[in-house]
Amino acid sequence: MTYFFQNVVNALQWGSFYALIALGYSMVYSILMLFNFAHGDIFMVGAYIGFGVATLLVAMSAGGAIVLPGWLILILTILISMFLTALLGMFVERVGYRPLRDAPRASAAITGLMIGIILETGNLWLLGARRVSFPSLIQTVTYDVGGVILTNKKIMIVLVALAFMLALHLFVRHSKWGMAMRAMAFDYVVVPLMGVSINTIARMTFAIGSALAAVAGILFSIAYPVLDPYMGIVFGWKAFVAAILGGRGSIMGAALAGFLLGFIEIFVAMAFPSTLRDLIAYSIIMVILVFRPHGFFGEPYSAKLRL
Amino acid sequence: MMLEIDNLRVSYGGIRALHGLSLRIDAGEIVCVLGANGAGKSTTLRAISRLVPVEKGGTMRFVGRDLLGYSPDKVVSQLGISHVPEGRRLFGNLTVKENLRFAAFARKDGGGIARDTERVFTIFPRLQERAGQKAGTLSGGEQQMLAIGRAFVSARKLMLLDEPSMGLAPLLMMSVFAALQEINRAEGTAILLVEQNARLALHFAARGYVLENGHIVLEGSSQALLHDERVKKAYLGG
Repeated sequence: MTYFFQNVVNALQWGSFYALIALGYSMVYSILMLFNFAHGDIFMVGAYIGFGVATLLVAMSAGGAIVLPGWLILILTILISMFLTALLGMFVERVGYRPLRDAPRASAAITGLMIGIILETGNLWLLGARRVSFPSLIQTVTYDVGGVILTNKKIMIVLVALAFMLALHLFVRHSKWGMAMRAMAFDYVVVPLMGVSINTIARMTFAIGSALAAVAGILFSIAYPVLDPYMGIVFGWKAFVAAILGGRGSIMGAALAGFLLGFIEIFVAMAFPSTLRDLIAYSIIMVILVFRPHGFFGEPYSAKLRL
Repeated sequence: MMLEIDNLRVSYGGIRALHGLSLRIDAGEIVCVLGANGAGKSTTLRAISRLVPVEKGGTMRFVGRDLLGYSPDKVVSQLGISHVPEGRRLFGNLTVKENLRFAAFARKDGGGIARDTERVFTIFPRLQERAGQKAGTLSGGEQQMLAIGRAFVSARKLMLLDEPSMGLAPLLMMSVFAALQEINRAEGTAILLVEQNARLALHFAARGYVLENGHIVLEGSSQALLHDERVKKAYLGG
């Protein structure tokens, strides 16, 4: 039984990464009907930016220029990395996707893969083919709750991820810009007729999605501090699956599906040899999609694509 | 002259939909465009809203400015031309109130937005009753009211209306057109109306154009068109 609860804890942490990345996929797909296949690599770049910022702040702190406690360095790292990764997302939108707005969807998919390759090789070129270690910013504290091992890091990762999801949910529900995203997800052709630029909303959506990917990247680095340039590929694909499973236009659907994915993977590994983990986990998801082809909360896009 | 279009040509995928259309609207005027399905009526409105590419050689000027220099959103937010598209195209997942709020997204004058929203609710009291309801759950008539209200809030120097009578019962149709007349009278909003219901359009508008296969074949005052033998035969049922 403790083994079971231990896995629940692990699945929550694992699912947090998927959920945060899936949100970016889902938002972009909702408003622009395209999958940003570079999103996994934006997660990777976010982790590396976090690594750079954290390393810099730690060095400054050690040099005695300004002495910051570890938790403050962590908060600053998250905020600065979110900002910088958001700029990257806006750049990707502007250069990669905006010129293809009226092009066939396949062109956008290929562009996304290409951008991903550029980000990976750019990283290799910049830092060389070696893994880097994310600095340890907070001391690990371990709690034993009836045999289930919790750490302060695990608790923090899940809570921070949930807090960002809640913030996004409130933003989309209640802010003017969130309303624009909902309107655009429903019928993007009519958006300019309301005097609103599609490009402005698209840019903002890429910025938010990328910022959340940066959060995922840093949280991941706290749990697994060794980074490599290809870490975004598998995460990207799995988060993409979560976005599909959640359903188009449903932000909470993507988040829930991200957690579900975490649970399926962890519990499959509990019952079967871990080499078969992905095969079995994704077979389960395929079966779910057979019965719910639009995902848990998705609806088919109903509006006409032209006026 | 408020809107001046000369030699407008538009093609979709190699097929020309408009062959050199010319059209004028004065400030505060109501003008209609009549024509059968596929004559190019909606295309004309889409060209004015800059939603479709226009071929070289044509000109479109709005209060002296070159329309071709504006993107679709700027046509609304900077020039003041709003467009009620065919089939209304409301944001069905947003409430009535949110649809109106979104229409004012680009506006910076908070007081003006509140006043205009109030005004929409005065013109269409039904919308106020339904303010918190999702637009997708409204009846056809209410949806048309909201589509017009949305355009009213977004911009109203000139309103482009695409088949506002479509799918409406006669009584509702009359009340929608009465509201449009009221907007035109009280706000000085010019209206360019595209309609298949020619009789209704000609009673509402001061002038009209008849469009056939992408050409203007006839233009004149509504009175003249109502008594024109060709119009009678083709559009007024004898």
